Amino acid sequence: MPKLSSILPGTIVVVREISDSGLRPKLMEMGVIIGQQLTVLFKAPFGDPIAVDVNGYLLSLRLDEAALIQVDVIEKIIPV
Amino acid sequence: MKIALLGNPNTGKSSIFNMLTGMRQHVGNFPGVTVDKKFGIVRVGDEDHTIIDFPGTYSLYPRSKDEHVVYDVLSDKNHVDYPDLAIVVIDQSNLKRNLFLFTQIYDLKIPTVLVLNMSDISARKGIQIDINSLNKTFPSALIVSTTAKIGLGKERLIKAIQEVIDKSCENYFLENACICPIDDQNCQEKEADKRYEIINELITKVQSFSNIQEKESTHAIALDRILVHPVFGYLIFAFVLMVIFQFIFAFAAYPMDFIDSSFAQMSGFLSASLPSGVFADLLTQGIIPGIGGVVVFIPQIALLFFFLAILEESGYLARVVFIMDRIMRPLGLNGKSVVPLLSSAACAIPGIMATRTIADWKERMITILVAPIISCSARIPVFTLLISLVIPKQKIFGLLSLQGLVLFSLYALGVVSALLVAAVLKFLIKSKEKGYLLLELPTFKSPIWKNVGLTVLFKIRVFVTDAGKVILAISIILWMLATYGPINRMAAAEKNIKKQAVQKHWTIQETNQKLASIKLENSYIGIMGKSIQPIIAPLGYDWKIGISLITSFAAREVFVGSLATIYSVNSEENGNMRLIDRMRSEKRADGKPVYSLASGVSLMVFYVYAMQCMATLAVVKRETKSWIWPLIQIGFMGILAYLGALITFNLLG
Repeated sequence: MPKLSSILPGTIVVVREISDSGLRPKLMEMGVIIGQQLTVLFKAPFGDPIAVDVNGYLLSLRLDEAALIQVDVIEKIIPV
Repeated sequence: MKIALLGNPNTGKSSIFNMLTGMRQHVGNFPGVTVDKKFGIVRVGDEDHTIIDFPGTYSLYPRSKDEHVVYDVLSDKNHVDYPDLAIVVIDQSNLKRNLFLFTQIYDLKIPTVLVLNMSDISARKGIQIDINSLNKTFPSALIVSTTAKIGLGKERLIKAIQEVIDKSCENYFLENACICPIDDQNCQEKEADKRYEIINELITKVQSFSNIQEKESTHAIALDRILVHPVFGYLIFAFVLMVIFQFIFAFAAYPMDFIDSSFAQMSGFLSASLPSGVFADLLTQGIIPGIGGVVVFIPQIALLFFFLAILEESGYLARVVFIMDRIMRPLGLNGKSVVPLLSSAACAIPGIMATRTIADWKERMITILVAPIISCSARIPVFTLLISLVIPKQKIFGLLSLQGLVLFSLYALGVVSALLVAAVLKFLIKSKEKGYLLLELPTFKSPIWKNVGLTVLFKIRVFVTDAGKVILAISIILWMLATYGPINRMAAAEKNIKKQAVQKHWTIQETNQKLASIKLENSYIGIMGKSIQPIIAPLGYDWKIGISLITSFAAREVFVGSLATIYSVNSEENGNMRLIDRMRSEKRADGKPVYSLASGVSLMVFYVYAMQCMATLAVVKRETKSWIWPLIQIGFMGILAYLGALITFNLLG
């Protein structure tokens, strides 16, 4: 299963699993839960961090934080 | 009654706080922790109640030091700050995530008012919320809709506070909900799962969208694309910084000069009109200049926080963090460290106060510790004096001024050293928390001027009341040490000068200058300056420089004035030219000049590193709530200064 950190901007994904780490409850509280749809929107200049739409708000995560999240790609939308 | 104000970050919580309390805001401490407790007074009916503005948080369970107080207070019914009533502020345009914290508070079974704020943004996004159906799910709470930005809904909210207190709080959202232990991750994850399951179901019932949503978010994303663009993003940020820097650096000088001269005039007027004596001296030379030394920082603090509040309110600051995070991370710094560090190039005081926005404790500490190494404007008088003294006026390659190049190098040395020290501190400072980003990039919105104004006032007040006391105390102590000395010794020195004055037919002005010089030399500071001579001799300094080093602990620019006093020249006349001439003719015992290239540059390097600023010290103490950090800072900066100066002197000597 691909990790969120490897997903290109303009892709809609759905969260399948979050690796066990101290950050997991924080991610869940912020709305990143299993089954949640996410849209990877853009990346910072060095490709890290990334910005993801979570249910209507923009969340930025470092790549090593995004790597905790395993996702399935739903569809690739054309970048705006 | 105690009211707790809670909510996610970026929900307009502070607008609600400002709307309810206006100017009646205070700051204190939560017992046992180093987090500021911001509270205010709200008038409900004809009673005054205390309302505490808790740090913005996404859940009850803390992930950072600031969030810890939310858990500490709300998980302990016997806590002195445990609220009788809670107000939870929610961003309507982001209902699902915001409801998470609300349902946690709701299940505490204390009377709760749910404030649906930012109705303007949700309308822009085409989000509609069915308040009636939301009310059915939370019968114990009262729901109020506000647009705090324009002060809309204050009456409704106050009425709700009055009414909710009588409601029964038997209802719950999550069956058998209880607060998980702070370290039980499993329990917290299970709770999050269960809550979101019910919230997801609820959302489908209470929230609906109209079709304008797409267009709005497309615009926002386009703006974000520009602001985080690899080229334009940094260019825009550089431009924003330049504007801020220009204001703090250049335009703050006018009000600061005005404050300086006003306090000098006040001192002059009082010393002329009061009967002379110890009390008059204490007032006109100790207390008034001491207060002036506090007030003089207000323009810079006000300007920085004016801009910073705008950047934060508009949502731009989060984008700065986004593009700077990768660059700052290897140094143990945060994207948010950039603004405090750069404003430290004007003055470290507002810079250090601005580290408040850094949530991670370790990153914030590192930023505070290295900020004063960046050369500030108070070093300029010292640098320019020494440069014109020991660096020849010549051009390199026919166009670059050597003097200008040295000044630039000193600034560069400060910046590079600050970053290197940060990288070292990253390994030295231990932290239990692992740094993370997980940052919300809030929706762009125009800043609320009332919030900006109140932020500026609040920062000034905290500085004046908290740091001001320390600054005033230290400046009075320094004044006393520089004015008084062993009585016999002072009297003998004074008598000697008066005798010489008669013999050599000095004018009154000359006599007074010699008197001031001899008094400083024989004061306690003078004695200290002489006694540290063995320590500073390896750096190329004599005891006269030693005295100036100690007096300039008050502020770096005092170094110039102190030297003028010691060499008994009037520095007001012809700028610094007479002082420079005098210093140039100063010879050591072996006949070599005191201010050589080696000792001059050594002094400059010393001033790049040394923590010669009591105001910074006071602010670090205020922000870290402990004397340990400012003392560590004096220590390591002093060692850097000494070693740097020693190496320089030996390389050039």
